[in-house]
Amino acid sequence: MIGTTANGLKDKLLTFRHGIHPEEYKELSSCRRIERMPFVEDYTLPLLQHIGAPSRPVVHKGQRVRKGELIAEPGSYVSVALHSPVDGTVTDVGLYGHPNGQMLPAIRIKADPFSTQQLNRPAQRPPEELTKEEFIQAIQQAGIVGLGGAAFPAHVKFNISEDKHCRYLMLNGCECEPFLTCDHRVMLEYAGELIDGTRILQHFIQADKVCIAIEANKPDAVVALREASARLGFPVEVAPLKVKYPQGAEKMMISAILGEEVPAGKLPIDVGVLVSNVGTIVALSQYFRQSQPLIERVITVTGTAVARPANVLVPLGTPMRDLVEFCGGVTGEATRILLGGPMMGIVQKTLDTPVVKGTSGILVLTEREVQDIDTFSCIRCGRCLEACPLFLNPARLGLLARKGLWDDMEDNNALDCFECGSCSYVCPSGIPLVQSIKVGKAMIRERKSK
Amino acid sequence: MWGVTIRYFSKSMVEKPKITISSSPFLHDQITTPKIMWELVYTLIPVLLAAVYYFGLSALLVSAATIAGCLVTEYYLGKRGPLGNPLRDGSALATGLLLALTLPPGFPLWMAFLGGVVSIGMGKLIWGGLGQNVFNPALVGRAFLQAAFPTAITTWEPPDGRYLGLRGTNLAPPFYHGEPVDALSTATPLSEMKFSHAPTALNDLLFGNISGSLGETCAFLLILAGVYLIARRIINWRIPVAILGTVAVLSGLLYWLNPGLYPSPGFMILAGGLLLGSVYMATDPVSSPLSPKGIWIFGIGIGLLVVLIRIWGGLPEGVMYAILLMNAATPLINRFVRPRVYGYS
Repeated sequence: MIGTTANGLKDKLLTFRHGIHPEEYKELSSCRRIERMPFVEDYTLPLLQHIGAPSRPVVHKGQRVRKGELIAEPGSYVSVALHSPVDGTVTDVGLYGHPNGQMLPAIRIKADPFSTQQLNRPAQRPPEELTKEEFIQAIQQAGIVGLGGAAFPAHVKFNISEDKHCRYLMLNGCECEPFLTCDHRVMLEYAGELIDGTRILQHFIQADKVCIAIEANKPDAVVALREASARLGFPVEVAPLKVKYPQGAEKMMISAILGEEVPAGKLPIDVGVLVSNVGTIVALSQYFRQSQPLIERVITVTGTAVARPANVLVPLGTPMRDLVEFCGGVTGEATRILLGGPMMGIVQKTLDTPVVKGTSGILVLTEREVQDIDTFSCIRCGRCLEACPLFLNPARLGLLARKGLWDDMEDNNALDCFECGSCSYVCPSGIPLVQSIKVGKAMIRERKSK
Repeated sequence: MWGVTIRYFSKSMVEKPKITISSSPFLHDQITTPKIMWELVYTLIPVLLAAVYYFGLSALLVSAATIAGCLVTEYYLGKRGPLGNPLRDGSALATGLLLALTLPPGFPLWMAFLGGVVSIGMGKLIWGGLGQNVFNPALVGRAFLQAAFPTAITTWEPPDGRYLGLRGTNLAPPFYHGEPVDALSTATPLSEMKFSHAPTALNDLLFGNISGSLGETCAFLLILAGVYLIARRIINWRIPVAILGTVAVLSGLLYWLNPGLYPSPGFMILAGGLLLGSVYMATDPVSSPLSPKGIWIFGIGIGLLVVLIRIWGGLPEGVMYAILLMNAATPLINRFVRPRVYGYS
């Protein structure tokens, strides 16, 4: 059993090398049950809520749509469908603010104030009757993307080519980002759906082993999933991992559980591993069993500047402002608004953008947590080297980036960096290391594309 | 830092909070560079007090002189840091204290002051200030003093219990060439070992009742300070472990071959400046390699050089040159020892 020795006693918890131990702050919201966000007046659904091509709208202005109805079809293979989160009327198809900071095409829907907002969709065929191609297509039609944050279309990931064999199906419930608790709550409150979704996926993937990786700070989730697994008669190994950031990164999780590295430039499936976020699997089950496409997701709204931190089940397209105000609004001390966790989250300049498929949390921080420290010269202490989970040399990369030596950065494996931010976290001189590396990576990519 | 502060106008429950736009991550570890330097200074205070206990007022005066030299140089020539005054990061104070601890108690104060000036001026500022120097600044200062005043720096006086008494040599006027005033010179344990093969009792080495530099006599306190600094993650544990381990293994081997000729490993570790050097000088992050593997090479190199100089070299003590030599090798180590990046074989 993973995380235990042969005689069943708990041994040292599995983990990867290097990494950091930031303060967790999860207690703000980890004990709060998932609440349902009340319906609001207007919904904005960007056509690009995933990695890949934007979806193509199939509705027009003034058209009435039902909850769960298709409003945009996949724009290409690496793209997914989009559905209306409410009964209502399409009021516009045009440019609206996107959480990534740009103005992008979106479908705007006004909710029908007289609707009961019940989901009423035709039942899906049982997944066991589908062929693999039909299954993959169904996931694309369900609009399911990875809900861990990257929002990569799930059907592309699950469509394993014939020449590759999946040894391990790993479900990622690590949630190593401080503050965020949505995956934790999903594992507790949707344990049955999670196990059921795993069974559906396993039916098509036929992996040798299935396991759910959970950081050891969520013992209740470990228990809940073991119980659900026994109840549903589908054996799943639940592996508690050491609490360490970035334990939830795919590569780090694979290192922890298998002790193997994913070769540079390769995907986990190349070493026979399929990793998926737990929320994605719940969405899979909900589509096949309840005919509900991906029209809502669980979001943690937290931070010391939020009046009432909570985990909320939010229809996609809900303006973040309404969501934050549902959680009591922000206090005057707020200095940063983030989408995602404090380590990798994206800062927001406004709350007038909608919740999208990749939104895992809204975090409002005050000066107390942000601790902007003064920038000194690099004292070459090597702390960043001992924090980097990829064994890069962030001190050197940061220096090269600030000098604009992009080619040298590439020689120093800058493109392998997945921007976890551990180096900036530990730097005693407060040097914006990962920030410089991000700039460098963008420059390298730009030069390559020319 | 890199953030842009904008005003946030909109219909929120809140009236215009000040929102800053910057890039993640937004959390930071508690350890900062000034904290590292100040923590070093705090742990040096007991070591200094022990020196005062053994050598009296002289210890205090010599330290005051080196610190004054360092602070004055940093203040007038140093770059203004993020904290404004360049002295506030504590690094110049740490250098001054460390330099003092490598000097004999009867060292003339004007030389000590000059040593402080050279430490900061030539050891640090000339390279570009904090973080840019190749050599440990305190050791640069000491190497300068050793070259410039070879007699004064090797005139060792034993602890004499005169707490308030001053050593006459302390007050020697600049460029005074007469006979040293009432200097009662004795041999350090290392030179006794080197030139007459007479070992000193380990107990005396441990608790400091021997002649030697201010900070290198009380090994016990240095070990405590080292353990504390490692536990607080202020210094890299690999450096003292590598140095002391190498010295212990090599001298143990020699001692096993011929106990009459070679000193015991315990003596090698406790005598002289090895502990001071391994805990405070070699661990200077600026002049030691970046990667863990490089650090092992660095530490083992120092240990090797210390044993070579002490046993076969012309000098009784070799910690300073060993560290400076490995400092010089550090850029080379950084260049050639690169960690294997994840996902590459």
